[in-house]
Amino acid sequence: MAQHHDTHAAHGGDSHESHGSLKSYVIGFVLSLVLTAIPLILVLNDIVTGNAADVVLLVTAVLQFVVQLFFFMHLKEEKKPRYNLMTLILGLVIVVTIVAGSIWIMEYNMVSH
Amino acid sequence: MAQVAAKHKGHDHDHGHDGHHDLEALRTMGFWIFIITDCIIFGTLFATYAVLHNNTAGGPGAADLFEMPGVIAETFILLTSSFTSGLAVLSMNRGDKRGLINWLIVTAVLGASFITLEVTEFLKMIDEGAKISTSAFLSAFYTLVGTHGIHVTIGLIWMIALMFQVAKRGITPVTKRKIGNISLYWHFLDVVWIFVFTIVYMMGVR
Repeated sequence: MAQHHDTHAAHGGDSHESHGSLKSYVIGFVLSLVLTAIPLILVLNDIVTGNAADVVLLVTAVLQFVVQLFFFMHLKEEKKPRYNLMTLILGLVIVVTIVAGSIWIMEYNMVSH
Repeated sequence: MAQVAAKHKGHDHDHGHDGHHDLEALRTMGFWIFIITDCIIFGTLFATYAVLHNNTAGGPGAADLFEMPGVIAETFILLTSSFTSGLAVLSMNRGDKRGLINWLIVTAVLGASFITLEVTEFLKMIDEGAKISTSAFLSAFYTLVGTHGIHVTIGLIWMIALMFQVAKRGITPVTKRKIGNISLYWHFLDVVWIFVFTIVYMMGVR
């Protein structure tokens, strides 16, 4: 570990840290662990319940997604034009439409129930 | 991904592979588009699960079936393997072939542990009479979680093949692109699992 760090320090002057550094991976990993621990502690011990629990779960999951995108996938370091980011946004729009749309339609049209 | 494209450009001149490099960056871009389309597949499976998760048809429901200790272990194992696959890329960027292969081995062992736990969990559930044909809830459950498991298994096979390729050919622009892509794929699978863990398991048992 120490070795990784040293080598990277040597590269510190690099203007574009395009391949990420050990530091960014460690920060990302620690944040992910914390964001996984929070819902486990809060929800499984019934400290938050009902709708609040759903909110905690979804917010920590989305935050964890963001952490992975920035600290592990280095999305922020992409050079312009940001084709990767655009593709991602297009994908997310489609996913959110499918998920939210399906739930919404099925929620209000369950004639058989 | 962005990182991979940029990195390729940066190292271009060092190795004098100018001609290939734009192509490698383009291939990485193509792989990113594949990942996004894969996201859409998982999106539809999540939507299906969200709609059907209460339709247990008199069979067992989420709270009766899921055993959290195993699932929590799976979550931390996959999270750690996402981190170690990043460390493999860092070794690669330093030109450390031995380090790259070693971190890939660690990642693959963690991935294999994840799959073992998941298969054990499935077999136990099936043993308890919770089969894919039991209810709409279980059909949606096995399809969603199983699709993720198949992705991890394919990633494992790919990763093992790449270890041999790197051992044989060393760190070249082509193997660099491939390692960058599998690392990206592995992070993506971790992200999908976070949502499986949250939506299927945590919301199921709470």
